[in-house]
Amino acid sequence: MQKLKKYAATKAGRDAIISFGIVIIAFIVMQALLAADMVSSLLEGLLVPICAYVVMAVSLNLTVGILGELSLGHAGFMSVGAFSGIVAATCLSGTGAPEPVQLAVSIVIGGICAAIAGVIIGVPVLRLKGDYLAIVTLAFGEIIKNIVNVLYVGLDSSGLHFSLLEQRFELAEDGEMIINGAMGVSGVSRLSTFVSGFVLVLITLLLILNLINSRAGRAVMAVRDNKIAADSIGISTTRYKLMAFVISAAFAGMAGTLYGLNYTTTTANKFDFNTSILILVFVVLGGLGNIWGSVIAATLLTVLPEMLREVGDFRMLIYAILLIAMMLFNNSPLKQRILEKRGMKQMEKLEKAEQSGKEGA
Amino acid sequence: MAMLEVTSLGISFGGLRAVDELSMKIEKGGLVGLIGPNGAGKTTVFNMLTGVYRPTDGGIRLDGQNLIGKKPHEICRLGVARTFQNIRLFGGLTVLDNVKTGLHNEITYSLAESLFHLGGYRKKERQMDEKAMELLEVFGLGNVAGYQASNLPYGKQRKLEIARALATDPKLLLLDEPAAGMNPNETGELMETIELVRERFGVTVLLIEHDMKLVSGICEYLYVLNFGRLLAEGTPAEVLKNPEVVTAYLGE
Amino acid sequence: MSFLNHLINGISLGSIYAIIALGYTMVYGIAKMLNFAHGDVIMVGGYMCFCATTYLGWPAPAGILLAVVVCTVLGVVIERLAYKPLRMAPALAVLITAIGVSYFLQNAALLIWGSSTKSFTSVVGGSPIPLFGGQLTIAPVTIVTVVTCIIIMVVLTLFTNKSKAGTAMRAVSEDKGAAQLMGINVNTTISLTFAIGSGLAAIAGVLLCSAYPTLMPTTGSMPGIKAFTAAVFGGIGSIPGAFIGGILLGVIEIFAGAYISTQLQNAIVFAVLIIVLLVKPDGLLGKRVSEKV
Repeated sequence: MQKLKKYAATKAGRDAIISFGIVIIAFIVMQALLAADMVSSLLEGLLVPICAYVVMAVSLNLTVGILGELSLGHAGFMSVGAFSGIVAATCLSGTGAPEPVQLAVSIVIGGICAAIAGVIIGVPVLRLKGDYLAIVTLAFGEIIKNIVNVLYVGLDSSGLHFSLLEQRFELAEDGEMIINGAMGVSGVSRLSTFVSGFVLVLITLLLILNLINSRAGRAVMAVRDNKIAADSIGISTTRYKLMAFVISAAFAGMAGTLYGLNYTTTTANKFDFNTSILILVFVVLGGLGNIWGSVIAATLLTVLPEMLREVGDFRMLIYAILLIAMMLFNNSPLKQRILEKRGMKQMEKLEKAEQSGKEGA
Repeated sequence: MAMLEVTSLGISFGGLRAVDELSMKIEKGGLVGLIGPNGAGKTTVFNMLTGVYRPTDGGIRLDGQNLIGKKPHEICRLGVARTFQNIRLFGGLTVLDNVKTGLHNEITYSLAESLFHLGGYRKKERQMDEKAMELLEVFGLGNVAGYQASNLPYGKQRKLEIARALATDPKLLLLDEPAAGMNPNETGELMETIELVRERFGVTVLLIEHDMKLVSGICEYLYVLNFGRLLAEGTPAEVLKNPEVVTAYLGE
Repeated sequence: MSFLNHLINGISLGSIYAIIALGYTMVYGIAKMLNFAHGDVIMVGGYMCFCATTYLGWPAPAGILLAVVVCTVLGVVIERLAYKPLRMAPALAVLITAIGVSYFLQNAALLIWGSSTKSFTSVVGGSPIPLFGGQLTIAPVTIVTVVTCIIIMVVLTLFTNKSKAGTAMRAVSEDKGAAQLMGINVNTTISLTFAIGSGLAAIAGVLLCSAYPTLMPTTGSMPGIKAFTAAVFGGIGSIPGAFIGGILLGVIEIFAGAYISTQLQNAIVFAVLIIVLLVKPDGLLGKRVSEKV
């Protein structure tokens, strides 16, 4: 107990307790509601996507909040993860392995593929800064979407077949098409479940929070706060930038697999620029660098448009107004004043402590 | 052999010759000042020593090892640490974490250990905490270890920057106007701390200052820079008597 | 001859991108923000002209004028309500707000005009002009587009370099604080920039819809993103850069579609952008800004 109290007193400890607390409580409540059959089918259908979006938001927060680089193409990694995961799952479906194992292996493969994409993209573009980096990530997101749209993948007894632009391979009789160009994938067996989504969220939170609170995480944040100073104390800035970017991509890939295996059909256009922006909105509204903020924002903002369905056509308009209003409030003089006061209090406390220290001496 | 050997160092920005034909020798354990009026090129020298700028010509050797063409983080690993004229802290991190970041290459563990908090994680983190607290205590920052660095008052930020640089366990510490913006009391206190640091950590110090009186108190040897060129060098007493130096400082 | 034809189409499309990119670049230069809603202002311009000519039966010039006036006012209002309060806020906050404004405009258009595609009547009449004995034809709208683009670019360059208001703009883009101390009204200057940028967006919208006569609430988003790409391509903040970037992007896009694959058209455009930025990290005509240590 004593240990827990001490842990909760540190910022890292507080963040971890809040993050896991929210997720676990939400999971238990949802399970109870599901058992009591009190969940609308609409919300039930959203459970896995919410988990996927939470993982997306947390992973993007690593790039935007912790590393401090704006990425507008995060959905591209989700796409890579989704399609490679689906291919993996199709290959595994004949093995007779239990479904959760198939899912887990697919998610790992999705994560690895997205990580590879992350390296390919990250090595050249992380040299760029600010808005330029943002536009290049946007461009890569669009490129990935376009390529998946002309990608044909088939599986038969002789293995996997790939081609671009048009189907250039013949499948044996027992074969099946997995990715069919712009038509995307169809007939996917839905392996993803709420429980698996919940587990993925927990793993993501654990690893990312661990990372932030470690030697590597501090190095990444040092690069964010002051690149030149980070260099001056012996941190290889390119290395840590790439590391954070690739880890972020890997988790986005895993989220993509989870998401892709939740639907029978998926097309590349599901992971477009608008999806990237959606995730970015979760991160910014949840607070840059604030992991549990991302969790809450992703959940609420995924549910919110559905709740607004009652107002019909006005729902996206209201969503837009809420978004603007929240941004304006977050940066309003009112909120600034509250924050300033907090900083002042810390200073005052410090001065008082020093004074009393001097008197004691 | 001198610890730091700078030979005919020069750099041009476009047509501007910012530093020209600068040669310096600093012995191990020395406390040396690099002084000169504003715009003399002092910070540019630091930037070349730490790999931020690549010199156009000349050589830099640390314990016989060539530093030219090395990246800043590589030079740091070879034993050169610095502070900045315009303070560069990791504002979003706590005071303690700023120093722990400085220990990045001193106490290491792998990425896997970072992600899973397994293996040496706990032990190494504890070592880091202890070492960092020790450094903070030297600068009287122990009681603010948990504060966000950007919330510290100015004078303490300067001290924290020195503590962070020392955490990298440098052979050579470069201090860029460490007393800038401090009142005479604080300055005196800081100069004492610098002397203390040199003895306790066995580090060689090169510091930039444009207030000559200030450095003549603690520095054993001074290099005077004016318009990018070495104007004079010697012990503070010698330099202060040099008529050229007096002219450069006071004008005609 | 088909090569020439593609080139002409490319320059025509590129001219539209260039006009949008000029607006983007000006706003970026002054406000240092990516105005993601810029593309949607184009769409509003298209609808305004469409309503005036189709529903109200106004002549085309009146329709264009209405589009320009409405978009100019819209641009200024957006700046005052959504961006001005965030002037001290981090860039990312402004970006998200701009995205919010973009969603707002798209969904407002969806509510007003519905999701069905409107077919836009070109504001430039007349039949295609045959060249080389009919081997090559040029649509009048193409000529108008290219000429308009060149005029705008020349006028803007003269305006920013010679006029008092233009000088004020350049001063504000260099240093807001110093400009204010010199007696420049920063708020007015920023409003003026948004007004000009949005007015240009309206013209671009009308030309875009005349060349590609379909109009729906999302009409502006992709051209908006591409024009932004063009602005970065040419070096964001630079007026000639936006012009060159826009034209090049249009030509590359049309050629990629014609000779490689229409499905990979956008991918190729973006790939070229990435390559350019990797070779010249500040765009073709951008200024190199390095941090002082």
